[in-house]
Amino acid sequence: MLKSMKKTLLYAALVAAVSAPHAFAETTLNALFMAQAAYSEADVRAMTDAFTKANPDIKVNLEFVPYEGLHDKTVLAQGSGSGYDVVLFDVIWPAEYATNNVLVDVTGRVTDEMKKGVLPGAWTTVNYDGKSYGMPWILDTKYLFYNKEILEKAGIKTPPKTWEELSEQAKIIKDKGLLATPIAWSWAQAEAVICDYTTLVSAYGGEFLKDGKPAFGEGGGLDALKYMADSYKSGLTNPNSKEFLEEDVRNVFQNGEAAFALNWTYMYNMANSGKDSKVAGKVGIVPAPGVEGKSEVSAVNGSMGLGITSTSQHQEEAWKYIVHMTSQETQNAYAKLSLPIWASSYEDPAVTAGQEELIAAAKLGLAAMYPRPTTPKYQELSTALQQGIQEALLDQATPEDALKSAAENSGL
Amino acid sequence: MASATRTVLPPTSDEEDVMSSTWMTTRAWLLMLPLLIIMTAVIGWPMIDTVRLSFTDAKLVGTGGAFVGFDNYVKMLSSNNFQRALFATTWFAVISVTAEMVIGVLAALLLNQQFYGRAVLRALLILPWALPTVVNATLWRLIYNPEYGALNSALTQIGLLDSYRSWLGEPGTAMTALIVADCWKNFPLVALIALAALQAVPRDITAASLVDGAGPFARFRFVILPYLAGPLMVALVLRTIEAFKVFDIIWVMTRGGPANSTRTLSILVYQEAFSFQRAGSGASLALVVTLIVTVLAVGYGMLVRRTAGSAA
Repeated sequence: MLKSMKKTLLYAALVAAVSAPHAFAETTLNALFMAQAAYSEADVRAMTDAFTKANPDIKVNLEFVPYEGLHDKTVLAQGSGSGYDVVLFDVIWPAEYATNNVLVDVTGRVTDEMKKGVLPGAWTTVNYDGKSYGMPWILDTKYLFYNKEILEKAGIKTPPKTWEELSEQAKIIKDKGLLATPIAWSWAQAEAVICDYTTLVSAYGGEFLKDGKPAFGEGGGLDALKYMADSYKSGLTNPNSKEFLEEDVRNVFQNGEAAFALNWTYMYNMANSGKDSKVAGKVGIVPAPGVEGKSEVSAVNGSMGLGITSTSQHQEEAWKYIVHMTSQETQNAYAKLSLPIWASSYEDPAVTAGQEELIAAAKLGLAAMYPRPTTPKYQELSTALQQGIQEALLDQATPEDALKSAAENSGL
Repeated sequence: MASATRTVLPPTSDEEDVMSSTWMTTRAWLLMLPLLIIMTAVIGWPMIDTVRLSFTDAKLVGTGGAFVGFDNYVKMLSSNNFQRALFATTWFAVISVTAEMVIGVLAALLLNQQFYGRAVLRALLILPWALPTVVNATLWRLIYNPEYGALNSALTQIGLLDSYRSWLGEPGTAMTALIVADCWKNFPLVALIALAALQAVPRDITAASLVDGAGPFARFRFVILPYLAGPLMVALVLRTIEAFKVFDIIWVMTRGGPANSTRTLSILVYQEAFSFQRAGSGASLALVVTLIVTVLAVGYGMLVRRTAGSAA
């Protein structure tokens, strides 16, 4: 009798133990992020840990891919009907994602508080056709970084305010033998080169599309490519730039092998205070320069947002997670590699301390952010432009012809 | 030779008595049935669906797409992108496979010699081939790195190069650099197949040719090569088909750049179908690639039969 009682108790305990986790009705979210620029993988994991600690019934699986794989991975997972609940997306994709029903419309979920608190420029990252397809998360643009020590040795007092000045200063540095090729860019056949090109297009007052048709082959669009080709051919630009992505630029710059570099926010604290940086404490940052008579500064909208996929079975939980990740509290706590989307954060000493130069550059740069074209065919247009730009750099075509064939291949 | 192979496994009279030929055929089909079902499910059906897709303007997600006839094929085959990619692919396949065959056979001949440490070398041979392609590609990217790559460092130190240069960023060198990386990975397969074949060469024949005064070249050409021909044809077929479908090593190392000089057909298919989300024209392009590979495979198959016939 006693024995069977014991047995029954044991079974009861076992059943309780097995069924206990079900009491929580645990939900698992699959989220896709990138391992490149902006928040580091460690940052994203820490932010997520804080979320799961506050919401023990939700589990979040994180996956990190290089930026180059982010778009295709999202679309492929969608095509196979399974996959992610939350995805990181670039400012250039909402048009395509909305048209192809990859992301759900979250306009109704955005509160007035969010609408008021988040910088107006940040919303352009997630909006298409009057609807919001997510929350902005990474607010980013390309800045001009410079090596203070090298500029000082060259006798240069202030960093360049125009692209013309950048060339002149680079020439001084080259002529004085301080560096053979002073400027580093990310001009690999990838989206990175389009970001640098767009920065220049915005400086020269160019336009990508006019009435939906390519317009980059003339005016500012052409001037921008001419500037790149000249800078490359004159030897002021590091010739390896044409196989560099952002991380290669960072490597070259923080090894002290570049006087100037165009890169995203994240490079500032990594190069200026990173343990592996040889230029720590010598990093200067200003908005990307302008063009006399056309612009004061230039900037590309390189922001990214977090959205819910249309195949997600847990849209409520996914939104909860996104709200946590994009909240002012979370963003202020991790403001070293990516700056917050919230306007009032830029006045918060906790955010600005130790990176005043970056904040000063951001105030000007973020206000001048220029968008890459909004079209569902963006990937095709970008691929065609990448090829055209490289052809012009490699002297396989004149800038005029290169942009002309890019327009023909753009599918627009 | 021919009679020798035939007598290796003579059918025993018992078997012939017990099993009629109809039962043998039925049994063979029954045994193959599970495999056939799986193959139809995972290869046959997607293949048929791809053919259907190729005649539509379907997108990757969403709509099924409308019938557009041969539009996709006409557009694709007449496009400059396709022709450039076809040329790049052919160039890659011809050069890399030729190099792999030559280096593979030479390595096999070397490893067939008696020398101290041969076993270690034979074991090491398999290493590059056993590495995942993505790892191999990443390693070679580091070697070719324009800022701190080992190749630049080695060439400048021995004085062949004045200063570091970009290998993967110049159209002139990018494809060659890729071919070298691909060869390094794949020549061991050829070497292994050749080495196995070399060990089947009877000692008495090589000894006899030595006695008859045949030089090293004559011995290779008339005594050893006939034994190698069949297995090497198999290696050639495998390698050519693989090389024609090349994707991963290029995607990791250059993503088709600079200025699309290394964009092969498979990369074009990937971009069309997945980056641009045009499942329809992506499918048509993929089928064209499949067709080319099939023609190559059939052609080689005929060659293999002929070499096997003449070697016997």
